[in-house]
Amino acid sequence: MAFNMRATKNPMPTQAPEVRRHNFDEVAIGYTEEMAIDEAKRCMQCKNPGCVPGCPVHINIPAFIAEVAEGRFEEAYQIITQSSSLPAVCGRVCPQESQCEKNCIRAKMPVREKNPETGKMEVKGMGEAVGIGRLERFVADYHRTHAAPTTPEIKKNGHKVAVIGSGPSGLACAYDLAKEGYEVTIFEALHVAGGVLMYGIPEFRLPKAIVQTEVEGLKRMGVKILTDVVVGRSVTIDELMSEYGFEACFVGSGAGLPRFPGIPGENAKGVYSANEFLTRVNLMKAYQSSSATPIQHAKNVVVVGGGNVAMDALRTPLRLGAEHVTCVYRRGREELPARKEEIEHAEEEGVVFDLLTNPIEVIEDRSGSPSPRAADFNPNYGAVKAIKVQKQKLGEPDASGRRKPVPVSPEEDPNAIYEIPCDCFIVAIGTSPNPLIKQTTPGIETNPHGCLIVNEETNETTKDGVFAGGDAVTGAATVILAMGAGRKGAKYIDEYIKNKA
Amino acid sequence: MFKIVKKDVLNPTITRLVVDAPFVAKKAQPGQFIILRTTAEGERLPFTIAGSDPEKGTVTIIYQVVGASTLELNQFEEGDCLADFVGPLGKPSELEGLKHVAIVGGGAGCAIAYPLAYKLHELGADVCSVAGFRSKDLVILEEEFDAASKKFIKMSDDGTWGEQGFVTAGLEKEILARQGTDEQFDEVIAIGPIIMMKNIALLTKKYGIKTVVSMNPIMIDGTGMCGCCRVMVGGKMKFACVDGPDFDGWEVDFDSASERNTMYRSWERTKYEEGCNLLKEGK
Repeated sequence: MAFNMRATKNPMPTQAPEVRRHNFDEVAIGYTEEMAIDEAKRCMQCKNPGCVPGCPVHINIPAFIAEVAEGRFEEAYQIITQSSSLPAVCGRVCPQESQCEKNCIRAKMPVREKNPETGKMEVKGMGEAVGIGRLERFVADYHRTHAAPTTPEIKKNGHKVAVIGSGPSGLACAYDLAKEGYEVTIFEALHVAGGVLMYGIPEFRLPKAIVQTEVEGLKRMGVKILTDVVVGRSVTIDELMSEYGFEACFVGSGAGLPRFPGIPGENAKGVYSANEFLTRVNLMKAYQSSSATPIQHAKNVVVVGGGNVAMDALRTPLRLGAEHVTCVYRRGREELPARKEEIEHAEEEGVVFDLLTNPIEVIEDRSGSPSPRAADFNPNYGAVKAIKVQKQKLGEPDASGRRKPVPVSPEEDPNAIYEIPCDCFIVAIGTSPNPLIKQTTPGIETNPHGCLIVNEETNETTKDGVFAGGDAVTGAATVILAMGAGRKGAKYIDEYIKNKA
Repeated sequence: MFKIVKKDVLNPTITRLVVDAPFVAKKAQPGQFIILRTTAEGERLPFTIAGSDPEKGTVTIIYQVVGASTLELNQFEEGDCLADFVGPLGKPSELEGLKHVAIVGGGAGCAIAYPLAYKLHELGADVCSVAGFRSKDLVILEEEFDAASKKFIKMSDDGTWGEQGFVTAGLEKEILARQGTDEQFDEVIAIGPIIMMKNIALLTKKYGIKTVVSMNPIMIDGTGMCGCCRVMVGGKMKFACVDGPDFDGWEVDFDSASERNTMYRSWERTKYEEGCNLLKEGK
């Protein structure tokens, strides 16, 4: 097979920014078959591929890409699903640039161009990695739209395992255990399975129908999913293991507890946690006018935070009709933790980045009267009208290795403190693990950040037979890391139960 | 699906539903709440548990029709099923060890106050219930309160039921009557409109009687995830769904809580009117 030696990736076809900023349809449209084959031929089938160790679930990347290059898309899918239970999801939301694609040989090959003046070949930077994520997405979408749903025949082994939470770690854990013949029951607190894939990541990045297709696949494997069950309240882990006969539990309850900056005015009307804003829009479909759940359609929105959740919180209000959306982040552009692609997409859609700034106060509208009966009734009484921010500069590196932001004083710069007018302020500065499991499960221990403590090798918690993974253990991280932890949990739950038997 | 096994109209705007929800019934404690959705498209609606029967597997809620979603809920009849019914959520009320307690309920808040009176009465406490309604025709749970209280003080705004005046007046009179006796209240539990709870807390602070209030902020998930239900208590941010809904009445910032509850007022009014119009047209 001849390799395609073009230095650049096939670009991802997307909706035009001026169009997509007004709708909730998916931004990326996906490769065509021709693009996929062309891109797959850029893979050089390395003997010691760098991409595979970069993947938290170790997908055999060169093997699936080789199938794509030959046009055997279903075969490619079968290779991916040996390692990943959620390829359509990961192909969309994985940070490939810092994982598999980071180590791709094509990104390490210099690009040479002839200098027209000297006539000599000169190095013009490096090539681009193979679009592994885009190919994964293509293969998963091809399978979903072409292959008939199958019901795998699995011999049950008679052992029962409970999985708490149906986000990425829980789904991945359930998938691997079900494949081994375990009777798996997933307990989900919300009314629909999928966790952060349903309530957190917006429709325009990850269509909810795709998540539900993956969930349906699990059900066909025999996994039971019980929604509306809050483990810790409706039933405890101890009860699951003593009264209901589960031999082991996997806790994948995520990091859902939102943090607030602790500044004056943060309880004003119009101040949301990103979780609340996104849950209203994604889970409760508040972007549809028929929705029974309200959402503010703000004109001017400020979001504090620079991660992927912040990018989602910036791009969602645009689609609800906002005219100005501003990202306030206390470090600089280089330090933005969000994926580059998400930052670029947000910018193309018109998001303004006000970097090296930090909110210090929410200014509330206190004019007029809050009473609807008063002559000077102000329906916005008590609502946010501006965010007061303070410029920052970067100081010495902190514990995370990133340079610590330090406030610029008004003495140093008379314009160091200023106001950004807005009618909605969204806080996207991180989340902590939900404390419910810890509060209601004797024997489970957490670190000072509220993260469940696990044996790093086996993912077992401090309680016998209870394993955990995903954001509940690490604090807010990525979908793929959570999936990796779910798979590891499944492996050691299998070992734990077999050793006991 | 969760079947409605009984529906009673308690007054023109307040309805009692008994719902088949065995898992919730098994765990439900006074002070906790549930979240329901009428249909797969419905809003997540929190309601405080008004009673439960672990043997029959049923949970009782009492609601007032105040908006589009409760209007829709009110169209459901006995035998109909609700799409979702999850709980019990929140922390149970702390009732153990209380000897002389005033339970203050205002309007629909009486529905939530009653199970606490009942439970305390069952625990052998001296329960003095103070219930307030705008008018006689809005009174609910009169017999129930009577049976669960050693003393029952009835107040109405227009004087058509019990004494004329607010619950604060009724409570203050009783506090004064008990002063210097060995029946002084060791706690007041107040549940009702925010302004009522605020005024009760101001009153009891004057007399130094510990007061617990049950907050009812706007919520979505009810499991600590959205932060929408945040309440300032003693200057610290608390989430009503996981840290409450009961809080120390002296410490709650009622003004902020009251404002936050008006966040979607105009939207709610429009939806409610749309709902009413659909009903009028018989759709």
